[in-house]
Amino acid sequence: MSFLKRTLDNIRPHVTNGGKHERWYAFFEAVDTLFYSPPDVNKGKTHVRDGVDLKRVMIFVWIAALPCVIMGCINVGMQANEALQAMSINEIQGWRGQLLGMFGIGVNPDSLIANFFHGFWYWFPIYVVTFAVGIFWEILFCSIRGHEVSEGFFVTSILFSLIVPPTIPLWQVAVGISFGVVLGKEVFGGTGMNFLNPALTARAFLYFAYPAQISGDAVWVAVDGYTSATALSVAAASGVEGLQAAGFTIKETVFGAIPGSIGETSLIAIGIGAIFLLYTQVASWRIMLGVLLGMIATSLLFNLVGSDTNPMFGVPWYWHLTIGGFAFGMVYMATDPVSASMTDMGRFVYGLLIGLMTVLIRVVNPAFPEGIMLAILFANLFAPLIDWAVVQSNMRRRGKRYV
Amino acid sequence: MDLVSLAVKSVFIENLALSFFLGMCTFLAVSKNISTAIGLGVAVIVVQGITIPANNLIYQLLLKDGALAWAGLPNVDLSFLGLLSYIGVIAAIVQILEMFLDRFVPVLHSALGIFLPLITVNCAILGGTLFMVERDYGFTQSVVYGASSGFGWALAIVALAGIREKLKYSDVPDGLQGLGIAFITVGLMSLGFMAFSGIKL
Repeated sequence: MSFLKRTLDNIRPHVTNGGKHERWYAFFEAVDTLFYSPPDVNKGKTHVRDGVDLKRVMIFVWIAALPCVIMGCINVGMQANEALQAMSINEIQGWRGQLLGMFGIGVNPDSLIANFFHGFWYWFPIYVVTFAVGIFWEILFCSIRGHEVSEGFFVTSILFSLIVPPTIPLWQVAVGISFGVVLGKEVFGGTGMNFLNPALTARAFLYFAYPAQISGDAVWVAVDGYTSATALSVAAASGVEGLQAAGFTIKETVFGAIPGSIGETSLIAIGIGAIFLLYTQVASWRIMLGVLLGMIATSLLFNLVGSDTNPMFGVPWYWHLTIGGFAFGMVYMATDPVSASMTDMGRFVYGLLIGLMTVLIRVVNPAFPEGIMLAILFANLFAPLIDWAVVQSNMRRRGKRYV
Repeated sequence: MDLVSLAVKSVFIENLALSFFLGMCTFLAVSKNISTAIGLGVAVIVVQGITIPANNLIYQLLLKDGALAWAGLPNVDLSFLGLLSYIGVIAAIVQILEMFLDRFVPVLHSALGIFLPLITVNCAILGGTLFMVERDYGFTQSVVYGASSGFGWALAIVALAGIREKLKYSDVPDGLQGLGIAFITVGLMSLGFMAFSGIKL
């Protein structure tokens, strides 16, 4: 490794202020800090409470998403392999088939290895495209504006790759993440300056621009011409009885063996991520609790009201929790510290608003089966206002105390 | 129940600012500060709540095709005078309201201040009246529609002001500062409000 360090140190004078290749500093800095700690030291007095910095926060979220990646790959592969078995096809065409054949893995739905690698070759290209295109925009903006590339995009990229269907065309991935990174984040000044979650902005853009490739029944299982409804669309059509009739069980939805976006299906993987995020205090427990309570309260209310024409009214809260992207949104998306409320009380209210809106969209809006994405974007809009109200009421209360 | 769903619809689903993009000039210009935005929002709610029912009476009793039957003129259709009368009514009511507040409720007058005359020319106000005419609302409906569409607009501008206060701490590129970033912000906000599109009440 000392060779790498020497090389980087040799390059440094050329790219820092006044050097010949000054405009490449952002790129150099990104590579340099990836391998080594920066050489800068503080010159004045310091007061350090905890060594937490942007890099650690972001990398922790990235690590917390890994269980979802693994379970997501296994599930995508398993769904595809089961579909192939049902259609009695033994091998797949194209480069994925060649790669699987090269290692002699095959497409057996009972083999964990076969499932994982089949799914992996769907997730990996999406992630590579997301990362390459996104980091291109990041470095472009940072180079021109003279910023340092921050680790924020690590999180955006991995989360975005987990909330799209496995069959999404790669050019759409590129278009979507460009929209999310440029208009959702960089025009406001980069990481920490935006007001909407960039990964969700990217997905919402794709959702409204190319609905055929990101919703419906044909996109969730990575086999051509095979359609399979998600648990949510079954529930929207025929309620809990429909879910049971279609063969969905709570065990399956908790484990994650259902069709859906890549990373959103497994409650177990999301739970592991949630415990990690809460233990390291990267995510706010108030937001998660708020989202959960908001969802439970609203779905109980709908259960109580009931409806003869809309079966979604009768779906109990534990189904709402396990199907669709609710858990993933609650753990990884709603807790984004940049776009959420900043005050403790505000975080709780913000969470409640997300839980309420999610169930509201799922139940009463026939246009969208899933609600968590738009619910979080909607709550992002009101997050600053919630903070403002909390601060104002605090000021009023304290003003009264010291008349 | 119909009135409740009309209210929900005009606050969220058919939000005047974020799904029809009406009243943009004031929406963008007076949204830099939350408390100012609240003042303007209240003014819009009050003016919508008064002018839309007033115009509704004028439309239903004077201008509509056959509305003059009570005066013995069943074949007269004065609806071509619509735009003219509505604008006149809005301007007159805002003026009267301002004088009334100045004389009897000076606190509220100083709070609303410049916003009252400003929203005379706000297209959300005239837009609300024209929607009321187009959808042929009755009097009760027009009262509900007026107040709730005003509330929807107020909600949108207060949320925008909150975001713009937060954006003070962001680092917008030179070319986009000011109105440019405000337009992008409003566009992204209406993406969030898409959550309601498609709800049938």
